[in-house]
Order: sequence, then C-alpha cells, then structure tokens
Amino acid sequence: MPRKILRLLALAPLALLLSGCKLVVMNPSGDVAVQQRDLIVASTVLMLLIIVPVMLLTVFFAWRYRQSNTKATYDPEWHHSTRLEVIIWAAPLAIIIVLGAMTWVSTHLLDPYRPLDRIDADRPVAEGTQPLLVEVVAMDWKWLFIYPEQGIATVNELAAPVDRPITFHITATSVMNALSIPAMAGMVYAMPGMQTKLHAVINKPGVYDGLSGNYSGAGFSDMRFKFHGLSNAEFDSWVENARASGNTLGRPEYLELERPSTREPVRRFASVAPDLYHAILNRCVDSAQMCMDEMMRVDARGSLGHAGTYNVATREGRDNGERGRGPAQTYVLAICTTSDPYGTRQTAAAEPTQQVN
Amino acid sequence: MTINPAEQTSFLFGRLTLEALPLHEPILVATFGAVVLGGLALVAALTYFKLWGYLWREWLTSVDHKRIGIMYIILALIMLLRGFADAIMMRLQQAIAFNGSEGYLPPHHYDQIFTAHGVIMIFFVAMPLVTGLMNLVVPLQIGARDVAFPFLNNFSFWMTAGGAVLVMMSLFIGEFAQTGWLAYAPLSGSDYSPWVGVDYYIWSLQVAGVGTLLSGVNLLATIVKMRAPGMTLMKMPVFTWTALCTNALIVASFPVLTAVLALLSLDRYVGTNFFTNDLGGNPMMYVNLIWIWGHPEVYILILPAFGVFSEVVSTFCRKRLFGYTSMVYATVVITILSYIVWLHHFFTMGSGASVNAFFGITTMIISIPTGAKIFNWLFTMYRGRIRYEVPMMWTVGFMLTFVVGGMTGVMLAVPPADFQFHNTLFLIAHFHNVIIGGVVFGMFAGIVYWFPKAFGYRLDPFWGKVSFWCWLIGFWVAFMPLYVLGLMGVTRRVSRFEDPSLQIWFIIAACGAGIIALGIAAFLMQLFVSFLKRDQLRDVTGDPWDGRTLEWSTSSPPPAYNFAFTPVIHSHDAWWDMKQRGHERPLQGYHPIHMPKNTGAGIILAGLSVAMGFALVWHIWWLVALTFVASIAGTIIHSFNYNRDFYIPAEEVAQTEGSRTRLLAGE
Repeated sequence: MPRKILRLLALAPLALLLSGCKLVVMNPSGDVAVQQRDLIVASTVLMLLIIVPVMLLTVFFAWRYRQSNTKATYDPEWHHSTRLEVIIWAAPLAIIIVLGAMTWVSTHLLDPYRPLDRIDADRPVAEGTQPLLVEVVAMDWKWLFIYPEQGIATVNELAAPVDRPITFHITATSVMNALSIPAMAGMVYAMPGMQTKLHAVINKPGVYDGLSGNYSGAGFSDMRFKFHGLSNAEFDSWVENARASGNTLGRPEYLELERPSTREPVRRFASVAPDLYHAILNRCVDSAQMCMDEMMRVDARGSLGHAGTYNVATREGRDNGERGRGPAQTYVLAICTTSDPYGTRQTAAAEPTQQVN
Repeated sequence: MTINPAEQTSFLFGRLTLEALPLHEPILVATFGAVVLGGLALVAALTYFKLWGYLWREWLTSVDHKRIGIMYIILALIMLLRGFADAIMMRLQQAIAFNGSEGYLPPHHYDQIFTAHGVIMIFFVAMPLVTGLMNLVVPLQIGARDVAFPFLNNFSFWMTAGGAVLVMMSLFIGEFAQTGWLAYAPLSGSDYSPWVGVDYYIWSLQVAGVGTLLSGVNLLATIVKMRAPGMTLMKMPVFTWTALCTNALIVASFPVLTAVLALLSLDRYVGTNFFTNDLGGNPMMYVNLIWIWGHPEVYILILPAFGVFSEVVSTFCRKRLFGYTSMVYATVVITILSYIVWLHHFFTMGSGASVNAFFGITTMIISIPTGAKIFNWLFTMYRGRIRYEVPMMWTVGFMLTFVVGGMTGVMLAVPPADFQFHNTLFLIAHFHNVIIGGVVFGMFAGIVYWFPKAFGYRLDPFWGKVSFWCWLIGFWVAFMPLYVLGLMGVTRRVSRFEDPSLQIWFIIAACGAGIIALGIAAFLMQLFVSFLKRDQLRDVTGDPWDGRTLEWSTSSPPPAYNFAFTPVIHSHDAWWDMKQRGHERPLQGYHPIHMPKNTGAGIILAGLSVAMGFALVWHIWWLVALTFVASIAGTIIHSFNYNRDFYIPAEEVAQTEGSRTRLLAGE
C-alpha cells in the first residue's frame, strides 16, 4: 500500500496546477461530452493498469541491474521464457479486448448521426420531442447558423435552449473545417458540397466557446463564436431579438457574406430564404449554376449525353485577397424545363425575402 | 503583395518576378543574409584548403553505402536546424499572441511555418535519419560489401537532398504552402492556394519521393538477396529485420503518395477535378489517399528506431535480446496492421459508427505487439549488467516517454474520445510524444552507438549526456502543457488566442522548446568536441562497445569493401558467437575484391530534377521541357556507361588488412 500512497502523492502537485485551469473536456456541460469524458477516464484507467507497472519495472530494472551492482544476478544467456512471453502478449491483449468492446459499444451509442435518446444520465428524451434543427455553414472565415424552425439566421453566434436535443446539419462553402463546441460534444467536419450531422444537447445554461477544428486558411485563428445555453424563455427572447434586427438573408446577401473576411462581428438575420441552406449545400446559390442534387438526378437518368458537355460556362476565379486570384472556374449551367421555365432556383433568387413561419 | 498568376507570366521567367523575393520580411532577409554568408564562408574554406576535388571524388559521387549513409545523416541534421527554427518561432508566437496581440507573425507567415515544420521534420529530418542509419548499418550487419544497387543508392540520396533544396528555395523565392503538412484539398487546390506555395510542396515531395522509393527498393533487395551465408531470416539482427519491414512499407506506400500528389498537381496544372468541390471532385478522396500513405509512414519511421533500441539494449545489458522471435513477429504484425488503420486520422469526417469502430479497434490492436516489444526490452534488462553509456540512456528515456505516448495514442483511437481530441493540442502532444520520444530518441541512440563504426572514434560522453538530459527534460516541459491545453479544448494551427488563462501553458511549452534547443546545441557541441578529442576517443578494435552483431567484427571505419572475407553465420548474434568461439581473423589468402565505381550521374540527374521542379513551380515551361529531355538523355547516357566497376587488387586488401593487424596488436 505505501507505494500506492506514494503514487498519489506524486500526482498532488500536478492536481494543484491543473485545478487552476478550465479543463473543458474533463468538465463539460452537455450530456454527449459527459459520456465522452467518462470514456476518456475509463480508457485511461484501463491503460494505466499496464503502463504504471511497466514504468515502475523499467525504473526498477534500470536501477537494479546497473553495472556497479554486482550483487544482482547476471544471466547473459537467458533470453526466453514461454510463460513470460504468454503473459506479455496476453496482458495487453486482455486490456485491448475490454477496451475494444467498450469502443464498439460507445462508438455506436455516441455516433454523432444517431438521434439522442437521453437528455442526461437520468432523463430520457420524452416521446415525440422535436429536436432543435440548426443548419451550420463554415465559411471563410465565419460561422453561419440557420434556424429553419424559427426562420432566423446568425453569424458567429449560436444559441440553444437547455435540455432540448439539437440536430446540427453541417456543411461548408469553400474548404474543410470542423464544428467544435467542446463543452457540448466533440467535433465533426464541415465539408463543401457535403452534409455531416451532429446530435447533441446542452444541460447547463452558460456561454461556451465554439471553435474551428480544422485549419481552413488565413483567417482560421479568429474564426470563433460563442455558444449560449439559454432557458426556454431566454431563447425565445433571443429569437425575437434576431427577428427585430430586420435584416434579411437572401441569395444576394449570402453571396455578399460569402466573400472571405475575418473577425466578422455577430450578425443576426430576421429572415432567411427558405431554400438557402439547400442551395449552399448543393453549391448553387448563384442560380446560374446547376445544383448538385439536380446534376446527380440527371446523371442517374443517363446524363445529358454530349449535349451536357456544352452546358458549361466559366467565371472569374476566386479572389483570395493578397494571395491572388484563382484560375477561372468552369461550372455546369442550371437548366430550365417547360414546367419551370425560369428554374425554381431562379424564382427563389429573385425573391430573397420570401419568408415562411 | 498581390500576385495574380493569370496576369504576370513571361516566356522567360514564367510567373517568377522580382516581387517573389520576400524583401519586405525582415526575418527572411536576415536569414537569407546569414545563409549567404555561411555559404560563402564554406565555399571559401573548401577552396582555400583545396577540398573541392576530394569532396567530389570521395563523397558527392561516392557509391559507398557508408558514405551515403553519413551524407543522409548530415542532410537530416542540417534540416533539423531549419525545422527546429520553425518550431521555436511557433512556440514564441503562441506564447505572446494574447490579449489582442497579433504576435510577431502574420497568418501568411505563421501558416507557412507550421506547414514547413511538419514537412521538413517528417520528410527531410526523420526520413533521412532513418534511411541514413539503414544505409550505414544494414550492409555491415548482414555481411555485405555494399547495397544491391550502389549507383541507385547515390541517386536516391541526391533526389532526397534535391527535395530539401526545393523546400529551402521556397524560403527565399516565393512562398511555401500554407495548408498544413498534408495539404488537404480543396484548400491546396488552385482555387484557394493560387500561388506557388503548394507547388513547392508538391515538387519537393515528388523529387524526394523518387529517392525514398528507390532507396526502399534498394535496401529491400539488399536484405533479401545479399545476406552472408548462414544468415537465415531468423538469424538476422533485429535492426535489419525492422529495416526489412520499413522498406517493405516504403515500397508499398510511397507510390500512393506519388499518385495522390500527381492527381493534386493535375488539378492545379491542367484543371482536372479530382479533389475540387465542383464537377464531381471529392476532397474526401484526398484525405483517404494521403493517409493510406501517411499512416504506414509513421511506422516507416518508428520501426527502425525500435530496431536501434533492440541492438542497444542487448549490447549495453551485455545479454541476449529477450524474446527474439516474438520481437520479429511483433515487427511483422505491426507492418501488416499499419495498412488497416488509416481512417483513425479522420473519425470526425462522418463515417458510420461501424467503420469508425473497426478502425478504432485495429488501431488498438497495434498496441499489443508494441507492448510486447516494450516488455521484451524490459526483460532484456532483467538480469543484465547495464552500462549507462549514452545510447543506453536514450533507450531508457525512450521506454519511459514512449509508453505515455502509446497510452494517449490508444485514447485517441477510441472514436467518441477522438471527437473531443481530434485536431486539438492533445493530438499534437501525442504525436510529438511518439515521434520525439520514439523516432528522435532512437535516431540519437543510433547515431551515438554507430558513430565509432563510421568514424573510428567515439563521441564525447559528457556532451552526449548533456544533450540527452536537455532533450528528455525539454520534451516533457514542452509537450505536457500541450496535453493540458488539449483538454482545455485548444485546437491546433491557431496563431492568436483570446482566453488569457491559456498563456501560462504556452509559456511553459516555449521554455521546454528552449531546453530542447540546448539539447540540439549540446549535440552539435558533442560532435565538435569529439572531433577535437578524436585521438583520445579513438577506437582501434572496431568493437568499442563489446558488440554482438557483424558490423563490430570489421575495422572502424570499415574499409571500402567492408569485409575482406565474407563471414559465415551460425547464430543470430553472429559476432558475439564468433567471439565466444574464439574467432581468429584470417591474415592471408586475400582475393581481389569486385567493387562499384563512383559516378557523378546521380548528382547531375538530381540537379536536373531540382531545376525541373523549380521550373514547374514557376511555370517556366521551356526550362521544364529542357530539363525533362536532359534528364531522360542523362539516364540513357548513364545506362550505356559500362565502365562502372573495378577490382581492388589482392595486394591492396592485404595491405589494408595488414595495417589493421598492426593496429590491433597495439603498434
């Protein structure tokens, strides 16, 4: 037992040092992050079962069998022991079997794509609960959050009512990024032309850090936001506040917003073009461009054949500020049909303030 | 500085203009001045001492595996200084960029630095160290006179050096990539990185990659075909085993890197859409492909380090390695498993739970053979007689440091935990923990261990110990704060911070980097002091550590032909076995020895490749065409050079061996 006490004593100064800082991963406020924390602790303890003896034995052998200690046994030809070799393969194997089982189960339970079934350890999600949907767009270099249920949108500010499950649909405009709110749940990539998902919940009211988890270019370091965990009443007034701003986010405004910028202040939009997120995800906010889902539909039906190769146009390359302009970009033109002579997307673009809700 | 590639191109210089010189960056101008002065001093010294001819005949054109190995290690040490300068600059920036301060590096510069740091440390420090050590030691350990393809070896080295030259050029002409060391698309595509940074990245890695791949083929063929009689696979020294596995990994994985960079360059140069956002491109494919190379790469680096520790631990414990067979199987198992874990680098990309869980569990399984290796070293120490020479200190330091890195690695392998740790400083701390604690410690152990073999005198132990303690303490001080910062949710590649409570940890980490700097200085001091004291430290026996494997049976430095007679092997510690059975050096009956001739073709072809890389970066198409045709022509001309071997006459062998006999007798 004295060794155990020694070990604990050795950790004391470290604990003292650490108590001064906010280890958000170890002390989170959302149920998903809490479960991730528990998993981190459990896996660490499991591995310490083997790491600590190995380190102690290393130090002990290193000291005991030093050259000057002639009292220690010296056996230069001893190099094999079946029993020992079974142990040195079996001991890590046993730990990995346990950890592997934990991994299989927890990876499925904490899959970011899996809707939540509990709000925290004691409260299951009530039957028929509608999660709050937030559509997240990682941009150069700011975060856009669209709330389809409320019909509002914000830049660089996220809010959600405490204890209500949240479903994030995540995409990006230009390059890869990752949505990271360590107090609530781990990070998930944001990728252009693709949608990832994250299900999470925040259990304590408060203001939390939101970060960009994947390097995305020059403005990356300042691409942060605050996440507000609010009571239902506070959330409602936060939504009202956004609605009172009077700003609208239609396609022209979005195309303006899309230009690279850093340290964008918080912005709120009272209304959002209803299919804006769909257009961002399918890379056709500029309605001259064919939406990716439409393109896939065309391709699935056997494509346009040779005619399709002429249905392209070029536009000026992307402006990267001081890094110069990219090469001219080729894109596939949107097509109109007899039933939709202007193309549905064009209609939406023409009336950006169109508003549901 | 606005550079628009579409507007400013000329026939003669492509898109290279005077504006490409970073004259407005005082840090770079000062560095450039120092490099020019240092270069001029070197050129002047070489001219004054009339060393140009010697350098060209004996080193630059040499096909001797030992000299090529040494040149690889010199290249790695030079690039270590560059890569470490980048590290210090990052630590400094992160330590001061608080409370609204921008620090001293704008994003354009900072982002190049962390990209260059990663690229240089992996491709131009760790890889040349590993390849250099394998080149130096493997032929000696298996009783061979050289590698299988001596010219190819020289060419491989110069291609690696050529890649390094391109990276260094980017410092003073243009810019380097601002993408992170793996240059994820679409950020590395021409839409988002229009200027030359990513092109320098691509061509330096492609040029160096040719060298790495060919040297992998070469060493693989050497180990498979050129072992001395009696040396069956299960009698090979463990370092040679790890070299065999590493080169198998190189041969199987580097073509993937070449292919993915080729696809990226097609995207950038001819407007294809492999990894773009539109027109069917898919950046996720880039991430998968680069890591299908990238994960085996980690094991390419660590396996030879494991080999070094195995040699060192049994030599300095004066005891046979515990569990040789399980060590070999562990190495082979790691080699195979390293191909089926790549997805653990991006659990956060949205694969399904079953896919993530599969890759998480395969990753954990690797820790079983790795754990077995640690136990094997541990039980080699058990009932040994441990001499704490510098290589053994690196080994014990490694064992205590590496297990912590292994533990955090397994934590990262649990996908839900990885969602929290991914791309945070926890991850940075983890991989530095295994790369510094494993690869770097291993390479230093190897350099100190085999230095007397290469040069005939030992390295000064005092400065070696100073270097070891500075590295060990510096590592812990520099990277433990990063683990803490990772738990505080700080992500990587950030150059400015808001939360003032983070600063203290960055300051501690910067102090750690300073201690490591002392470790590097002490290592250089060790080389310098040892050179001055070389007569005191001289080893005439060729076997200064009472070694166990064949390289210690020949003289230090070995003659060009390594072994006057090819040894016959009966046991896996061949030289130890020979010593035990009272081996006597044969003193007569020498035969002429067939040897390869030196050639300048390698350095010329690599020079043309560098010129072609540079021309491709700057779109100087006439130079691309010229250097391309010239290198093809050079290759064809070289292949018609039949004057590429010679015999060392028996009298010369007798003379060389005779002088060794006199040295051994103490005359």
